[in-house]
Amino acid sequence: MDFYSYLIIASISSGTPLLFAVLGGILSERSGVIFLGTEGTMLIGAVVSCLTFAGTGSMLLSVLASLAAAGGIGLAHAFLCVTLRANQIVSGLALTLFGTGLSAYLGKPVAGAALAVTVPRLSMPWLEKIPFAGAIFSNLDVFIWISFGLVAVLYLYIYKTSWGLHLRAIGDSPATSDAMGLRVGLTRYLHVIGGAMLMGLAGCYLIMVYSPNWMEGMTSGRGWIAIALIILAAWNPLYALGGAYLFGGLDALGFRLQLMEIGIPSYFLKMLPYLVTIVVLMIVGWRGRHVPSPEPKSLGSAYVREQRS
Amino acid sequence: MKRESAAEVIGKADRRKLVRLQLPFELHYDHLKKGGAWWMPLAWVLAALAICGIFIWLNGMNPLTVYAKMAQGAFGSSFGISETLVKSIPLLLCGLGVAAAYRISIWNIGAEGQLVAGAIAATAVTIYMPSLPGGLYIPVMAAAGIAAGAAWGLLTALPRAWFGVNELITSLMLNYVALLLLDYFVFGPWRDPAGFNFPGTPMLLPEQQLMTFQGTRLHYGLLFALIAAVAFAFFLGKTRWGYEMKVLGANPSATKYGGISINRHILIVMIISGGLAGLAGMSEVSGVAHRLMYGLSPGYGYTAIIVAWLAKLNPWAMIPASLFVGGLIVGGYSVQTIGLPSSMSMMLQGAILITLIGGEMLGKYRFVRR
Repeated sequence: MDFYSYLIIASISSGTPLLFAVLGGILSERSGVIFLGTEGTMLIGAVVSCLTFAGTGSMLLSVLASLAAAGGIGLAHAFLCVTLRANQIVSGLALTLFGTGLSAYLGKPVAGAALAVTVPRLSMPWLEKIPFAGAIFSNLDVFIWISFGLVAVLYLYIYKTSWGLHLRAIGDSPATSDAMGLRVGLTRYLHVIGGAMLMGLAGCYLIMVYSPNWMEGMTSGRGWIAIALIILAAWNPLYALGGAYLFGGLDALGFRLQLMEIGIPSYFLKMLPYLVTIVVLMIVGWRGRHVPSPEPKSLGSAYVREQRS
Repeated sequence: MKRESAAEVIGKADRRKLVRLQLPFELHYDHLKKGGAWWMPLAWVLAALAICGIFIWLNGMNPLTVYAKMAQGAFGSSFGISETLVKSIPLLLCGLGVAAAYRISIWNIGAEGQLVAGAIAATAVTIYMPSLPGGLYIPVMAAAGIAAGAAWGLLTALPRAWFGVNELITSLMLNYVALLLLDYFVFGPWRDPAGFNFPGTPMLLPEQQLMTFQGTRLHYGLLFALIAAVAFAFFLGKTRWGYEMKVLGANPSATKYGGISINRHILIVMIISGGLAGLAGMSEVSGVAHRLMYGLSPGYGYTAIIVAWLAKLNPWAMIPASLFVGGLIVGGYSVQTIGLPSSMSMMLQGAILITLIGGEMLGKYRFVRR
């Protein structure tokens, strides 16, 4: 396998957890709720699926368990932000702290132990015959195919269905949607919980495929990069695909350069994704200075029916 | 089928009405109401302890034993109390810093990075200025720490002011950058050659260290923190700048029409925020670790967010809040002796913040008698 197809495969596999998390964030933010608990939710998803796999040895069960645990975090966030109308940013930060602490606490018994897990790959002979891309397609596991599917489904859902239209309406103007008879609270609950579940899946992928042994804080900021990617992707699942693989590629490239010993200390290479995030957001902000932001208009504010907006 | 008479139908409906739960009051949401009595935060802290207690209990430990152990570790001995005070110094400084930003809805979560930047700069003074007169070290190191923290804060503020980049993300990304920078220095060029591969710089000279109170590890950085709290309260309550900040926090668009520049305030607030965190970094290097080393801060910058919200952004309330949270951290270390991870305290902090903001909003519901 040559260097470029290695790089593409590596960027897909390290971009996939980001992709799941970005998709989850897009779902939640489209309904008007900022979810900053991504990092904590991913960690909870990872540790729960790790514990379940260590206990049962079943991959399906561990995926389901991580979905359920992450959904629980989403439920807590939705309750705080939708029902109690608490500050969404503080609630998300609190959930990240809680998730980081709880995951470290729960994961203590399995810390450092390698999981003997092999994620099945889909065999598609007709795809593998394509000259250059064939080698890449033969290296994709089930999760990656699921993530491709999710991108398509979410894109169609948000832009091509009436439910998606309602979702965008609620994200932009909950008061108008409420007057139309849409159920603002319920929609927000469902999308926050669904989004959190995808973040849990991101954590699950991280531990099942990317690095199969649990370490405290193993997400190392991926959740926050995912939150930045939501802005970069303009709240559109299709763009999220590109953004996630771009950052996955940076991650893989940094690792690769480190192995090649080109004289730059590895600490600076590891800074790359973080610095690029800031620079890219600056470029996005500069380019978008004259056009209205694609951000959902009501993002971050709780809806109170009795209150003037 | 037997037909029911009209009287029977009415009777049934009446009975149903009786059975339906009739609370003697109604809940009304009032977004203008200030949240609850002074003891409410204590109640929510207890609620958080209960929530975490469930997880501890599920893991096969008695939560009461664990909490008793934590309390005893943090406040049960003079050593514990001095450790708690030592931890509360950076928490108070960083907490004041982030609270200044939160007051005008600038979501600075980069106190950790700003603290580390301050620590690196303070150490740089000791490394690159070896011939300063002894008495000058502490003020120069403090100035360097404040300047570096403020500069690190500006890295967040400028993209926000110029390009509208979300400061939450920038400040957080810069945390990782600062931590990697710290790792680079202590594993690389600044590593103590006589340190048996310990990732840290050589120990500071005595005149580069903050004095400690008799026989404890508690250092005079405590005074920095207390002075900062008093100064913050003064500026907030007595100056035009504090007034503008209050207006900005309450209603940004009114501020715009009132001719107050939001961008200028973002810059000022991030300089203050970063400067305070940088001072905390300097006091950690000079007062506690006596060197720059790997893992200098166990997440003080993040924990400070809890301190700020626990105190509802009030500088006076932040003093007891930082003591309480400092106690949590020390307590977290003390449960390691019974085989629990010190991240216990992080879980507790998160849970406390959750119940606190949830509870504050519950406090906005008014009980109305029927």
